[in-house]
Amino acid sequence: MSKPSDLVQGTLDLLVLKILALEPLHGWALSQRLKQVSGDVLQVSDGSLYPALHKLEQQGWIHAEWKPTENNRRAKFYSLTRLGRRYLEKEAANWERISAAISGVLRLTEV
Amino acid sequence: MRVEHWIYTIPLRLRALFHRNRLDSELDEEFRDHVERQIEFNLAAGMSAEEARLAALRKLGNAPLLRDQTRATWNWNGLEQFMHDLHIGIRTLSRTPGFTLIAVLVMALGIGANVALFTVVRSVLLKPLPYSDPGRLVVIYEADLHGQHPAPWLPVDAGSFWEWQQSTQSLAQMALVSPFQGYNVSGEGGKLPEVVEAAWCTDNFFPLLGVRPMMGRSFTQNDDKPGAPATAMITANFWRRRFASDPAIVGKAMWLDAKPYTIIGVLPSTFVYSGAFGGAADQIWTPVRHEAPASLLHTYGDHEFLAVARLAPGVSLATLAARVDALQKQIKLAHPEPAVHPGAIGRTMLDDAVHNYKTPLFALLGATGCVLLIACMNVAGLLVARAASRSKEFAIRAALGGGRMRLIRGRLIESLLLSAAGAALGVLLAWAALEWLIHARPDMNRVEAIGFDGVAAAFTLTVIVLCALFSGIVAAFSSGRGNVLAGLQENSRAHSGGRSRALLRRLLLTAEVGLTVVLLVGAGLLLKSFQHLRSSDIGVPVDNALTLRFGLPGARYKQDEQKFAFFDQLLAQVRALPGVSSAGLVSAAPGEGWNGDDLMSIVEHPPLPKGQGLDFMLRGADPGYFSAIGLPILKGRTFNEDERGKRANVVLISRGAAEQFFPGEDPIGKHLKTIDEGGVWTIIGVVGDVRWNVAKSPNPTLYWPIYGNGYSFGTIVVRTSHDADSMAVPVQKIVAQLDPDLPVSNVMTLREAIGKSTIDSEFDSVLVLAFAIIALVLAAVGLYGVLAYLVAQRLVELGIRLALGAQRSVLLSQLLLDGLKPAMAGLLIGLPASAAVVRLIRSMLYETEPLDPVVFGAVAGLLLFVAFAACLAPAWYASRLDPMRALRTE
Repeated sequence: MSKPSDLVQGTLDLLVLKILALEPLHGWALSQRLKQVSGDVLQVSDGSLYPALHKLEQQGWIHAEWKPTENNRRAKFYSLTRLGRRYLEKEAANWERISAAISGVLRLTEV
Repeated sequence: MRVEHWIYTIPLRLRALFHRNRLDSELDEEFRDHVERQIEFNLAAGMSAEEARLAALRKLGNAPLLRDQTRATWNWNGLEQFMHDLHIGIRTLSRTPGFTLIAVLVMALGIGANVALFTVVRSVLLKPLPYSDPGRLVVIYEADLHGQHPAPWLPVDAGSFWEWQQSTQSLAQMALVSPFQGYNVSGEGGKLPEVVEAAWCTDNFFPLLGVRPMMGRSFTQNDDKPGAPATAMITANFWRRRFASDPAIVGKAMWLDAKPYTIIGVLPSTFVYSGAFGGAADQIWTPVRHEAPASLLHTYGDHEFLAVARLAPGVSLATLAARVDALQKQIKLAHPEPAVHPGAIGRTMLDDAVHNYKTPLFALLGATGCVLLIACMNVAGLLVARAASRSKEFAIRAALGGGRMRLIRGRLIESLLLSAAGAALGVLLAWAALEWLIHARPDMNRVEAIGFDGVAAAFTLTVIVLCALFSGIVAAFSSGRGNVLAGLQENSRAHSGGRSRALLRRLLLTAEVGLTVVLLVGAGLLLKSFQHLRSSDIGVPVDNALTLRFGLPGARYKQDEQKFAFFDQLLAQVRALPGVSSAGLVSAAPGEGWNGDDLMSIVEHPPLPKGQGLDFMLRGADPGYFSAIGLPILKGRTFNEDERGKRANVVLISRGAAEQFFPGEDPIGKHLKTIDEGGVWTIIGVVGDVRWNVAKSPNPTLYWPIYGNGYSFGTIVVRTSHDADSMAVPVQKIVAQLDPDLPVSNVMTLREAIGKSTIDSEFDSVLVLAFAIIALVLAAVGLYGVLAYLVAQRLVELGIRLALGAQRSVLLSQLLLDGLKPAMAGLLIGLPASAAVVRLIRSMLYETEPLDPVVFGAVAGLLLFVAFAACLAPAWYASRLDPMRALRTE
């Protein structure tokens, strides 16, 4: 239903980290941003963001903080930690390498 | 990186552990916030209020599931679920207190018995001896393995020992010890005289063990030689008891056998010497070369000692034993006398202490293991039955999305709770059992080492987990398997599910009955063996006879006349007591032990090859002994009053000796002589056979006058018209009047004395019987439970059959047969299994064959009877059903 496959789950973590690297966001804003940047490619329900966010928080990659927002409300803002930044760099490099390799292989088979 | 990571995540973990509620409410708030923002967004996009709300919720997804998934990413989630399941488990169990109580009690019995037995086995058989580096300590025995009557583990003579010690210096240190000595302790400060068990040892004995006295010093070479000042070491227990823990005891004198000894040291309270030949009760230790007569210290033919050795580093027991064996063969060549043994063998000191207890203890452990297995199967059976009645609950939980593992874990937690509660109760039981054992069996070697320790606690925990896993997994897999829909649809008209569960219970029951049969057969054999032992005829009437033992100290009774006068006065005064019908003196009463033998030859017969002789047990007796003990004089006469001292050269022999050594002849008037010293005795009579040990057949025995022949000790046998016990005090008073410093020992009736030597057998048989009965009861409960369950399941079916005219008697027998099937199958498995297992306890049986058909038959009969009784009630109930009521139970 709402649980993405393993591959997508892995990339979801990466996307979330990348988006949060640009600026701290709360959950809803993050889901909007995710939709913006990925279009319809990533078909996940809004809610499935939360298990991912909480997992990243428990692992120490991101930090959560309640902050006041407009209209006297407050929201839980997630931001990247130092550890998370380092992790993101490593994982992004990994991703580059793997996707380059995979597309290389795919091009090979086409010939 | 790692460290930084930890530093960063620890606060998160702590928060996840201790602020769970806040995390929960924050998660809810987060979801709410998300939904509100989405609603605003939707409103702004022009939806109606209701539409905006529904769209936002839809977009979020399955909120409860998401919450669960999110929570699953938190730390400690497993622990939280565990606590939750635990809570549910406790609640479910407390809702059925009857079931819970029975299951806990069954578990408590099984676990308690096992913990107790494991503690004993570990403490007695496995725990190292309380000496330094005890793994290197060994005991060397002499042995005659290739003779006519192979005899291992024979005590050692001093002559051989000194040669061993000399020749094995590079392999081991060796010490000589004689743990079967005794002293009359008397004299100081008006305290009662008493007989105390004691040991002789060489001066290197305590240093060799690594035992240091807690006060004073150990023996030195200067103490351990003839003519040295008399010295003694005492145990801490004796020091507390007799000397009231006198802190200045070292250097003080103590009177042993009417001679003064200086106490030079007190042994630590942890010290105990326990070997195969006893010694655990020894309270006084003296240096052997000072105490033992010179002849004993140099002979090769008198075996009064044991050899304890500490192996040098890198030397194995086998190496040392082989070397000593070779030495002993040479010694035999140099001294071909029959009393010199031709070989030597060794074993570790621990083995030496506990060898006799190994088989019985392992047999008991096996029995308790069976009981535990049966208990587990019973609880598993109960859980399976419960699972059946709860199958709808499980189906509903599964339908609502309860994970299969989560459900199984719930069941496991229930069984874990049961076995943990059972173990808590069981440990109490075990503690009580151990206390009882320590008091009931003070004679057992190493009983002082018994104690509950870390390993026993670990064993208990392991048992709990294994029991929980066993019964839980069996129960969990008996349900759960069927698909959800079937579970929801199953009702009492569809029997298949219930039937398969009953099949599982029947298999469990079959195994249970099989184990029970093994236990019953074991118990039956041991019980029969004990009965044989109990009823074995010792050779004389055992009722109304009292025995007291005394030893006259040589220091005060130097002349034969002094001893004779004491014997005379004692007998005269005891015989004059009102209530005493007769009294006699003997060197050792029937059942009182070996007490010496010698090789004789018959003067009138052709001479035997050099070094050979006829082995007679030796007994000194007074003329009145035979009539007092009730030993019939079959031929000839008893001694005359004047056949004493120098004229004590007459003997009576036992019937066995007459038949064995004088076949077809009249032994009366023939002459015996000892093969080494050459004294000659005339046979004047033949008496009945008696046993020196109740479990051993009678040996050829020779009786000569206790007046003479070197006796200074004896047992007085008092025959009364009734109530022999009441004579104990008057006879002791007479002894005290004759010699205030002379203690008496072994004051007991003949029956008590025999009971003492059958205590092992009694102990083993009673315990195994108790376990077997527990197993039988559990099996009966199981049989009853399964049939009752089946009847309840088939109530409607039975109602229909009755309504259609089925005969009640046919129904009854069908149901009975159905219920008895597991019992019969178990019996078929159990009987051959028993036949295989009982071989292991052969050494514990006395005059009983392991494959005793009576025992096997009785067990089969008993089991079938009990099974029948257990099945009768539910079957009877079913056959008496009112069809209308049965049909309405739906």
